[in-house]
Amino acid sequence: MNALFNSVSNLGAATRKNIDSIGLATLFLLRIVSSLFTGLVSFKQVIKQIYFIGNRSLIVIIVAALFTGMVVALQFYDTLVRFGSVDLLGSAVALSLIKELGPVMTALMVIARVGSATCSEIGIMRNEQQFDALDCMAINSYRYVMLPRLLAALFCVPMLTAVFDLVGIGGGYIVGVHIQGESPGAYIQGVMDTISFKDVLVGQIKSLVFGLFIMWIPLYYGFYLHLNQKNMGAEGVSNGTTQAVVMSAIIMLFSDYIVSSLAL
Amino acid sequence: MVKPIITVEHLFAQYGDTHVLKDVNLEVNPGEILVVMGGSGSGKSTLLNHMLGLKTPTSGTIMIDGVNIFTAKNKQLRNLRKKMGVAFQGGALLSSLTVADNVRLPLEHNTSLDTQTIDIMVRMKLELMNMAGTGHLMPSELSGGMLKRAGLARAVIMDPKLLFFDEPSAGLDPTTAVELDELILTLRDAMNMTIVVVTHELESVFKIADRVVVLFAGEVVANGTVDEIRNSPDERIQNMINRQPNTQRDDGEVYLNRLLNKDKN
Repeated sequence: MNALFNSVSNLGAATRKNIDSIGLATLFLLRIVSSLFTGLVSFKQVIKQIYFIGNRSLIVIIVAALFTGMVVALQFYDTLVRFGSVDLLGSAVALSLIKELGPVMTALMVIARVGSATCSEIGIMRNEQQFDALDCMAINSYRYVMLPRLLAALFCVPMLTAVFDLVGIGGGYIVGVHIQGESPGAYIQGVMDTISFKDVLVGQIKSLVFGLFIMWIPLYYGFYLHLNQKNMGAEGVSNGTTQAVVMSAIIMLFSDYIVSSLAL
Repeated sequence: MVKPIITVEHLFAQYGDTHVLKDVNLEVNPGEILVVMGGSGSGKSTLLNHMLGLKTPTSGTIMIDGVNIFTAKNKQLRNLRKKMGVAFQGGALLSSLTVADNVRLPLEHNTSLDTQTIDIMVRMKLELMNMAGTGHLMPSELSGGMLKRAGLARAVIMDPKLLFFDEPSAGLDPTTAVELDELILTLRDAMNMTIVVVTHELESVFKIADRVVVLFAGEVVANGTVDEIRNSPDERIQNMINRQPNTQRDDGEVYLNRLLNKDKN
């Protein structure tokens, strides 16, 4: 009987803890957003973060997009050739990239590169009392540290997604036209005819939502690292970063389903 | 009678079930150097964090310059903090900025001074800290002593009337520690600052303090001038001064309970 009580009690405690965390994370986001209205955002900081998130992710995104486009084209070609519909290759590659693979793959790459780096940087700042120092200097940490990162992510992730889509379609072209011998005109025409403004818009809205989660969750995990004393120190930063990356990826994929179901 | 600039009244603080501060009462008068002294785990850093408004107590009040820092509105607290400087134990410099950019941060955010004036003020403060020519370095390129001095330069860049310094000489070689002590005295004398120093380094305490508050297990066990502390009959203070280990032992039953894991504390 005691074991049953303990299990129920543990479940209740875990549920309460999770609800607390969601509430705290929401408040954290609201504080960042409201800091936008308390003064000027440091343009220099935003540019610095855009360089870090956008420019320094570009090569990784291009390489990932090229191979993703190539493998998608290869798989679609193999399927379409069975139905004698190889002419649809351009449409299939472009649609799958713009509506789904582009935003998701870009988000995953940015989570791996930027999300982890951000969480560990913010966690180390917390460990080294840098946020305490900002508070004591009457500097709003939300506006000075968090907001530029969030704005930069909201700006960069859709941009990187657009790059991913274009390069991916290019990768599909290489496989479809140069390797499998499809007509270049058919491939390009397929892309042009199928893609509507709505498809591009949905892809961009998705990437905007992903951009929010990609930055919000690592910032939250890093900033509140000190709430659990066990999380302090190098191991704590490492654990926090792992949790942030996993949680960002899961929430990003969940939000992908929600946005897709709303858009269809 | 001089009105104290800081008043701590009946301050209690706890982490979980552990009571860290127990009914702490103290006052800091304008222009004096108050040293909060105590061993590891005595609660001195917790007391400092409460004075800075970084932690909320279980109960009690801290008034700084007439403002209750636990009930003050955000704007009031921000205005108060502009009059305060804090030098953290490890410097707490922002790792992504150079030393000069760290030092100029409070001026950039809290004043409307032009860049040229800020540059001159930064150079002056770095010069004062004996750190001329290091403005371009990143915090990761500095030694422990330089980090503390850069942190101190940032803390005094706004010429605050109140300076808090956490463990100024901890982990430093004796020469650098003495240099920092001299610097603290210079700041008090030249800039008429009120300074609160938290430390366990006895040499520093006896050199810089006008008044000393001794914390032991979260309680104030002495509050007086350096001579009064030196001559205190309290065994715990004498042990601390004479660097004797704590000889107070738990009685047999408490010890046994702890071994048998019956005592959760």
